[in-house]
Amino acid sequence: MSSAPPRAVTISRPPSAREIFVNRAFRGLTHVFAWATIVLLAYILFEIGSLAVPAMNEYGADFVTGTTWDANREEFGVLPEIMGTLYTSLIALVIGGALGVAVAIVLSQGFLPPVLEHLMKNIVELLAAIPSVVYGLWGIFVVIPTVRGPAEWLHEHLGFLPFFDTRLSGPGILPASLVLSIMVLPTVAAISREAMVAVPHKLREAAFGLGATRWETILGVVLPTASAGIFGAVVLAFGRALGETMALAMLVGNANVFGWSLFSPGNTLASLLANHFPEAGRVEVGALMYAALVLTAITLIVNVIGSLIMIRASSKMQGLR
Amino acid sequence: MVSATATATNGNGHENGVGDGVVIDCRIENLYYGDFHAVRDTHVPIRKGTITAFIGPSGCGKSTALRCVNRMNDLVRGFRFSGHVHFRGQDIYGRSIDPVAVRRSIGMVFQQPNPFAMSIYRNVAFGLRLNRFKGDVDEQVERALRGAALWDEVKDKLSASGLSLSGGQQQRLCIARAIATEPEVLLMDEPCSALDPIATRRIEELMLELKERFTIAIVTHNLQQAARVADWTGFMMVDTSRGGRTGYLVEFEETKKLFDEPAEDLTREYLQGEFS
Repeated sequence: MSSAPPRAVTISRPPSAREIFVNRAFRGLTHVFAWATIVLLAYILFEIGSLAVPAMNEYGADFVTGTTWDANREEFGVLPEIMGTLYTSLIALVIGGALGVAVAIVLSQGFLPPVLEHLMKNIVELLAAIPSVVYGLWGIFVVIPTVRGPAEWLHEHLGFLPFFDTRLSGPGILPASLVLSIMVLPTVAAISREAMVAVPHKLREAAFGLGATRWETILGVVLPTASAGIFGAVVLAFGRALGETMALAMLVGNANVFGWSLFSPGNTLASLLANHFPEAGRVEVGALMYAALVLTAITLIVNVIGSLIMIRASSKMQGLR
Repeated sequence: MVSATATATNGNGHENGVGDGVVIDCRIENLYYGDFHAVRDTHVPIRKGTITAFIGPSGCGKSTALRCVNRMNDLVRGFRFSGHVHFRGQDIYGRSIDPVAVRRSIGMVFQQPNPFAMSIYRNVAFGLRLNRFKGDVDEQVERALRGAALWDEVKDKLSASGLSLSGGQQQRLCIARAIATEPEVLLMDEPCSALDPIATRRIEELMLELKERFTIAIVTHNLQQAARVADWTGFMMVDTSRGGRTGYLVEFEETKKLFDEPAEDLTREYLQGEFS
């Protein structure tokens, strides 16, 4: 290096020991926090699991297929709750999913001026900020009275269908599902809107260039391209619906039976837990822990599937850039 | 350098050339996006069975002018247009004309290859489905792919995703998609700018084959490309004199004449690479 011309000042210097330490400490700290969330999840599962072990040994698989919940006779089964959970969530998903995708289309395909579009998007997302108990109250005081008339009509005229073969009992599957559908709407709308916005503009341009109308472009190109993302949104919303507690505890009727009639009362796993914990004795708490484990397992599986679909969706999009 | 405003847009003969064999007569008086005055005084007749090229520096409005021809600019918020585009004896900007119908008769190939995220077959059949094509779809898809010189490369994998192809193949797929419905005119907006030289050369050869069946208008920033393929060339320039960046047509001539003996000084300076 002796041949290099001498330099008066050099500004560059290696990082100091302190900078290296801060850098490492920061990296270490983020690792700790990141892993802490995973440890926390494992810990919660472990705690619920260990509290549920006595009930699991006692009732085994019969717990999942049994239809009676009687603390006095120490007989516990959650089949009506499992069915009720899936039934209300599926109905909510059909309604909320359709509405959510429709909202996402309107808010992503240039139907509105950008300012209004942005405003509407935020308002829809605000639906997620309304507390669950408020939804429950709204369900009791608005939804149930509103659906009573149509429900009576449906029962009278289409009562031969299993979905309408009882009278509206007040709280029940239908009001619970309707409120739940509004609750999952922001999830579906926000995530499927993201998927639609991620569809490259050049694809829409290609469709328009071929002489497609706006609807042909949306149905023929935008939705198919975003389909994986939309499907992922729906599955994640399903995961939310399954675990929703307060509004359902107020609206579903809390009857330990399951019927296909939309107007009959029913129950869900989450509202079973919410309603029974306060007065449960030692044995029933064990059974409730078992029910909690079943609910957690269902929700986790659905969420993992949803996340996997989202990952696949984003990798599919990669080829388009 | 010659002041942009000093150069007249008329007086270079193209006004008289309108008439025989003109499929599209495009006369843009003024074109705005919102407050932005994008293009003015551009008159380009596009003749049947020829390739017409638009050349000029970046931002001179050549793509914008091309997109007037199939009303793609209508998709841009704030687009306003005065002038006319005559096609099949009608002004496509006429009140009773549906832009969607215009785009079905005038195909377009874009700067970036943009196949849909679906199979090669469905990409090509897309336009056929839009037009409720009742004939043999398989046959028409094959015809389009052969027309785009892609058939031999994809005939065994028509169900593979269009995105699995190379960039040059994707662009030929887009050409196949555009010609599948047998449009009368094919617009190409810098179709080779995302491609390597070999793929570019293939597309150019393809254009020369296709011009027998489809009248072609192309925007290119590649002067050699215009010289190689175009029969007629329009040179556009940017006018910054009034504070904006308004594009206008400097000269429209047969390609050979425009390159060999341009009527305007500005054209000659541009062709000699004195500015870009």
